[in-house]
Amino acid sequence: MSRLVPFLGAVLLGATPALAAGPDLGAVQQQATNWPAIFMFLFFVLFTLGITYRAAKGSKSAADFYAAGGGISARTNSLAIAGDYMSAASFLGISGLVYSSGFDGLIYSTGFLVGWPIVLFLIAERLRNLGKFTFADVASFRLDQTSIRIISATGTLVVVAFYLIAQMVGAGKLIQLLFGLPYLYAVVIVGALMIVYVAFGGMKATTWVQVIKACLLLGGATFMAGAVLYKYGFSPEKLFATATQTHPNGDAIMAPGGLVSNPIDSISLGVGLMFGTAGLPHILMRFFTVSDAQAARKSVFYATGLIGYFYILTFIIGFGGIALLMSDPSYFKLGADGTTYDKIKDMVGGTNMVAVNLANAVGGPYFLGFISAVAFATILAVVAGLTLAGASAISHDLYAQVFARGRTTEKAEVNLSKASAVGIGIVAIYLGYVFENQNVAFMVGLAFSVAASCNFPVLAMSILWRGTTTWGALLGGLVGLVAAVVMVVLSDAVWVKTFGHPKALFPYANPALFSMPLAFVTIWVVSTLDRTRRGNRERAAFDAQYVRSETGIGASGAHAH
Amino acid sequence: MSVTQTAGSSATADARTHHGNGALEMPEPDHRLDRIADHPIFKTLVHDRTRFGWILTGLMLFVYFGFIGLIAFDKALLATKVGGTASLGFYMGMFVIVFAFVLTGIYVARANTRYDRLSAELIRSLAK
Repeated sequence: MSRLVPFLGAVLLGATPALAAGPDLGAVQQQATNWPAIFMFLFFVLFTLGITYRAAKGSKSAADFYAAGGGISARTNSLAIAGDYMSAASFLGISGLVYSSGFDGLIYSTGFLVGWPIVLFLIAERLRNLGKFTFADVASFRLDQTSIRIISATGTLVVVAFYLIAQMVGAGKLIQLLFGLPYLYAVVIVGALMIVYVAFGGMKATTWVQVIKACLLLGGATFMAGAVLYKYGFSPEKLFATATQTHPNGDAIMAPGGLVSNPIDSISLGVGLMFGTAGLPHILMRFFTVSDAQAARKSVFYATGLIGYFYILTFIIGFGGIALLMSDPSYFKLGADGTTYDKIKDMVGGTNMVAVNLANAVGGPYFLGFISAVAFATILAVVAGLTLAGASAISHDLYAQVFARGRTTEKAEVNLSKASAVGIGIVAIYLGYVFENQNVAFMVGLAFSVAASCNFPVLAMSILWRGTTTWGALLGGLVGLVAAVVMVVLSDAVWVKTFGHPKALFPYANPALFSMPLAFVTIWVVSTLDRTRRGNRERAAFDAQYVRSETGIGASGAHAH
Repeated sequence: MSVTQTAGSSATADARTHHGNGALEMPEPDHRLDRIADHPIFKTLVHDRTRFGWILTGLMLFVYFGFIGLIAFDKALLATKVGGTASLGFYMGMFVIVFAFVLTGIYVARANTRYDRLSAELIRSLAK
């Protein structure tokens, strides 16, 4: 067990973990075709395609495409934000982690949640006030368009690429398990659907797909947690008591275990989870879909509540799995003698399938089909959001501002964005196929680390600190990006497990504790040393940005001409 | 409210601005902005809100890294039973989740009342 826990920790390292994960799902057996699940999923797909069709008819301008015309309400946006965050990974991965090691699952739940208050207090309203379509718009508000957009778009694309690969591989494996479809089919279906949502429906369709899925997921998880608690007379104490009696580790599941055996690593993990949230491009884009700063503020508040509630549900579901599934041999692959099984390793479909198996235990085969369909829908919605963020970075940041230098039309830009979405989809299908048997568990962790070490410092410093200059932001972002990637490559997950070297050159699994401060310090030092005329002009331009970021007033002043 | 309405139209309007201008675009000098930056209400609003935001940020960092720190350095404490089966760590984990939500609630409540009122006053006095 003590070996299993760090392993699961590594697997869980990002949001997707679980599904994404290697060995657990690596040896996946294709299951019998699950018709109820397939029908429910088809219904979801048809319904969301209908929404996409309507969104496509109403989407004309760039603002429609990138930001749903700015007409999303705070409540809707909060569901979309929560949906972006409640990946299949958080659902299946965290409930699986709670199932195998109890308390340790909470470390991830809390880590994923606490980034939100930071986003609210420091970023959300200012982002909306300065906001256009991508966070690069904000970071480059008073700095050099070309340099800042290149670094922001690079950060965005790196985050999107790693996140997307992990999701695609996870999707393929999960669908193999849940629906009994071959891996390649699954990857192609996910890729094709996300292209349709994004290329035709833009942000409007992507938002509504996310909202519907968030409601389904919250509804399904609420029912499941409710059914578990119902069996124990709504007494968590009784649930915990049964769980500790059933779990092979007994009382130890109520206490911190081996997941964070290394203090530095656990703090670094926390830093990455917390500040990575504030730098995820597909999440930051959501702040431009609401009408004003007040709505941005409210949507973070509601979203924090929804996400926190969801993590409490996953905790109950994990404990429900221990209490209700562990003593039932029908959920396990039995050993050679036909009666014994390892309560943790031998679960049918792997530990990540706890929530799915529990759905069967509390709601029967149709509820199992429902939860399977929701898990698929979840992946679909998350990859659509990522694709839109990537396509926006290519068209709005790189093409319109860097290559065309602003000499382009809105229509050409949106068309390029749609083409980029198709391109990203095809690349994602290809990568999903290529990486099928690779260990991709570290990739979500890497995506969070890059977001925390490149996107977040560039964004925060350009908004909050007068002294930031283009040179500082550019070099700082670059240093953060390179440091995060290099440290992960030299860590155990890649250097040893993928490349087969005997010893990791970077001792920790999570680089953020080092790479993020490095980025901030670089921005500070380089900006301070920057004595160029452009640097002086940029510092002088801070006041205008400051007024607008704090009040939204400059926004109207700036284009009243 | 007027502040938020002005901000509301920014997405579309900005798209236009940016398409028209080249890569070297700088925010144009606007004397109205200087007037706002020196306005006493603006100063109160921004000083207050920034300070409040950083205080809450500090609280969140303290609580979360306190929790992680205990997990890293004092596992035994968190394993302590608090009545029955549930451990102190479990309650603390739940507390962190609820605390994060409550903290955002406190910020939003204050922003919806005090800061939005100050913004409205600022807009009114600028219109004079």
